[in-house]
Amino acid sequence: MSSSQNILVKLNEAGFSLNNKWLVKGVSLQVEKGKIVTLIGPNGSGKSTTAKIALGIYKKISGSVEKYTNKVGYVPQKISIDWTLPLRVNDFMVLTESISNDLIDKALSLTGVIHLKDKNLGDLSGGEFQRVLLARAISKKPELLVLDEPVQGVDFTGEIALYELIKKISDELNCGILLISHDLHTVMSATDHVVCLNGHVCCSGSPIDVAKNNKYKALFGEQASQILSRYEHRHDHIHTSEGEIKKN
Amino acid sequence: MLDDFFIRALIAGIGVAIVTGPLGCFVVWRRLSYFGDTLAHSALLGITLAYSMEFNIAFSVFIISSLIALTLIQLQKRTNLPGDALLGLLAHSSLAIGLVVIGFLSFIRFDIMGLLFGDILAVTVDDLLIIWIGGALILLILKLIWKPLFASTVNYELAEAEGLNPDRAKAIFTILMAAIIAISIKMVGLLLITGMLIIPAAMARNISSSPQKMVMYSIIGGLLSVILGLFSSLEFNTASGPSIITASLFLFILSLLNIKQSIKLKN
Repeated sequence: MSSSQNILVKLNEAGFSLNNKWLVKGVSLQVEKGKIVTLIGPNGSGKSTTAKIALGIYKKISGSVEKYTNKVGYVPQKISIDWTLPLRVNDFMVLTESISNDLIDKALSLTGVIHLKDKNLGDLSGGEFQRVLLARAISKKPELLVLDEPVQGVDFTGEIALYELIKKISDELNCGILLISHDLHTVMSATDHVVCLNGHVCCSGSPIDVAKNNKYKALFGEQASQILSRYEHRHDHIHTSEGEIKKN
Repeated sequence: MLDDFFIRALIAGIGVAIVTGPLGCFVVWRRLSYFGDTLAHSALLGITLAYSMEFNIAFSVFIISSLIALTLIQLQKRTNLPGDALLGLLAHSSLAIGLVVIGFLSFIRFDIMGLLFGDILAVTVDDLLIIWIGGALILLILKLIWKPLFASTVNYELAEAEGLNPDRAKAIFTILMAAIIAISIKMVGLLLITGMLIIPAAMARNISSSPQKMVMYSIIGGLLSVILGLFSSLEFNTASGPSIITASLFLFILSLLNIKQSIKLKN
């Protein structure tokens, strides 16, 4: 079903080493238009590194990266703004691309931080800053979105809302999303393809396939596997308003 | 009008301040003050070469400073010594070589004080042309690379990921730093040129809420420093560079008072 025209970025056996130590090795994956690919794995398993390889931030890599779009939105895992830079949310929104005021307002409203538009970035809380980062990445209507733990520090209800927003953006803009997350439960419900990393690709496939994989169970434990099977269960039928159960 | 040395100095100083304003902001943002110092120290070598080979001073300083910047980039790739040690190595060795070369050029009378601290009497009509044409070029190029340079100053990976080519912007900015030092060395002197870059920008940070405002206030601060400094230099018969820098320090202290007030208002 994957036509080559839809591919936005493709990694072939890609790897990156620093000081003679492989951060990640032999990763093959592709992100297509309208699809969400999620990278999961323990700390230090090479998720962020893989994202940076896909983005072209790391250049001296093994294997190869083919990138078919220049319209990229990126939410890095960690970003700190130096005090010496007087930067308001509004200035930050147009950092890499000049976009209209309407688009800025729309994106900030979608992530629920329009009221912070004139605030200094240094005065935001972690969760607020995360919402601004996401707003900035989506405001330029990218073809490829790379989100490295986009909801860290966001409150519980906000987290669910933002994941729903990410799913909605993927549908509306028909953009491909490479998502990194620790939150298996929430992420799996919206993902088309999961890549489980542990320095290399441990297993990959649809969320259900990955959940059944023994390597995944070994890495995350039986409980994590159950999270996914619960999800699977949850979606194989619909509860109608009359209280009936209808099979999909 | 240009016959008057003081008018010439004023026009030169204004030209320099308009360019050091925005460049100085990037020096503060990117923590490059010691890098600026290194380039400025190496300027002495450029000046001595200019004298011995009868080159234009600004041109010669520009070439030497650019070479030093390139050397630094190469050294960073080849050794694991920390950046400040490499900068110190280059700054002091190029200053030393410059002074040694001066010793060999005993047939030329050097005004060492003038080189180190600036000399308003020395500004010629040719210097004015170099400052204003060179300055306009620097500002034009800075405007062209503003977006990638600023974005990578905020976050390198974000700029790289979204296709802005921050490495090229950084390389061009390094050349612009060498250029501003070359055109302003006669005004401010090589020991104080970094002050002209940093102090008005630091003053501006205290009173600005956005990057554009900081650039604007930095320019205004630089202009006021030049005007105040040059008039007092005339009045008290002091060297032009130290007078300008002292004036800018005065403005910086004023901007601190502003901060204290706004903190009080917040509480």
